[in-house]
Amino acid sequence: MTVTGAILRRELGNYFATPVAYVFIVIFLVLSGAFTFYLGGLYERGQADLQPFFTFHPWLYLFLIPALSMRLWSEERKSGTIELLMTLPVSVGAAVIGKFLAAWTFTGIALALTFPVWLTINYLGHADNPVIALSYFGSFLMAGAYLAVGACVSAFTRNQVIAFVFSFVICLVFVLAGFPMVMDIFQGWAPPALINAVGRMSFLSHFESITKGVIDLRDAIFFLSFIGCWLMANVIAVETGKSD
Amino acid sequence: MTSAGAQSRAAVEVASLGKDFGAFSAVKDISFAVRRGEVLGFLGPNGAGKSTTMKMIAGFLAPTRGQVWVGGYDIDRRPLEAKRCLGYLPEGAPAYADMSVSAFLTFIARMRGYRRRERRSRVAAAVEKANLGSVAYKPIETLSKGFKRRVGLAQAILHDPPILVMDEPTDGLDPNQKHEVRTLIREMARDKAILISTHILEEVDAICDRAIIIAHGRLKFDGTPQQLLCMSSLHNAVRLRFAGNVPADAAARLLDLHGVGRVNQSDEADQLMVLPNNATAIVKQVAQLARAETWQLQELVVESGQLDEVFRRITGPAEAAQRGEPA
Repeated sequence: MTVTGAILRRELGNYFATPVAYVFIVIFLVLSGAFTFYLGGLYERGQADLQPFFTFHPWLYLFLIPALSMRLWSEERKSGTIELLMTLPVSVGAAVIGKFLAAWTFTGIALALTFPVWLTINYLGHADNPVIALSYFGSFLMAGAYLAVGACVSAFTRNQVIAFVFSFVICLVFVLAGFPMVMDIFQGWAPPALINAVGRMSFLSHFESITKGVIDLRDAIFFLSFIGCWLMANVIAVETGKSD
Repeated sequence: MTSAGAQSRAAVEVASLGKDFGAFSAVKDISFAVRRGEVLGFLGPNGAGKSTTMKMIAGFLAPTRGQVWVGGYDIDRRPLEAKRCLGYLPEGAPAYADMSVSAFLTFIARMRGYRRRERRSRVAAAVEKANLGSVAYKPIETLSKGFKRRVGLAQAILHDPPILVMDEPTDGLDPNQKHEVRTLIREMARDKAILISTHILEEVDAICDRAIIIAHGRLKFDGTPQQLLCMSSLHNAVRLRFAGNVPADAAARLLDLHGVGRVNQSDEADQLMVLPNNATAIVKQVAQLARAETWQLQELVVESGQLDEVFRRITGPAEAAQRGEPA
């Protein structure tokens, strides 16, 4: 689709045209490095794996990714360019996918730039590179899930701060699903099937099983269908949000 | 072929269109058509529903009632085909502020599906037509209002669409820029169907072949600017300016003439305004009388009418009062 590609290019170019891209990448690299070596104790563990590196990704994404996604639609609504975009020959679905893919590509670039960590671990010992590759893939999928939530939320408001805060909260719920903090809300009144379902929505448990090197297609399918659902909600949000 | 249906319709056709926002009905019932080779002026006071109507024509808002065909395509059921025929300048000419003019137009060209070489020539042509050469590489956010408006115009005409819909294309421009934009619109008018909204009445006279007026969400007038002028109480009125004061019996004598409805004494002591009944031409009778009476006249002017007077009468608060709204 040429229109999806055109939107992808414009959005990606927009990240790099403003300081957003550089701020994001620098903060992401510094924090992921600091967490890995200090909190994660990469050296002290004496194991040639990147478990300490990937453990912190869900928490880093929690506040960094909403910062990337918050402007995707709310800025279009605030500046009125959504009227321009939506009167060009493009379907809402193609525009939603184009914007999402731009942000996802950008996180892919940021993730790829963490390669020095991978070089370090290979220098230090015999690393299990297939597991590391799988973990990168899992981290990328999880980033997509955060982005899909953030993109959808930003279509509901013209205020970027509101988009950021709500994306953060919704992502937090999905990170902690399966933990008492979220489960207690459902305990006592919800049917066991629902509690079970909520528990299975946890980003953490799906991501952890990937980073342990367990190849389970269900984890990948979970993230991909999660992305799909939120993008569909995004389309609806854009269509209904246009009129005000 | 789908275009068979497309041929039989006017370039833009609007049928019993309506739009509600919650309990508020912004557009109640509007029908009109724009044909190829025609510039249609879309008039109405602020808040009359002009922009809402244009947004529905451009496929941005979904109508609550009625239908729109653009280039023969139902905008609701075949939105992509309809939008390909259409160049649209939204109200306020929004554009991606942090992009440069040329990057922005290149993006639009990509969205319109042009490949590399044609893309370049399309962007170059649009830049030239809208006279943007001097700012092509500047970020749009740094441009003046006039340039921003022209960026919006360039974006709308980039694919040389058969149909142009422009929401207040000259709003906020200085007189020179207004003139430029109007010239551009006039040039394009030959082979396109153009719909422009405006609340500037001089614009209707300057560029429109036909005008429609809406107020309170309904169509109030559909005709040529000339017909609009004819509705003015001043249409065909004769203004007399005497050398010295107005003769004492002049007003009474004029009132006796066939076709004269009223004679108004204006603020200046040396002038009389002779108003006709039903806009009939009375200049001949007035001139004959003046000659017969040997009045010393400095000026005898036939008024063509005042658009803003007609506009006020058509859209004015009397309408609102009828419906129990505050004026």
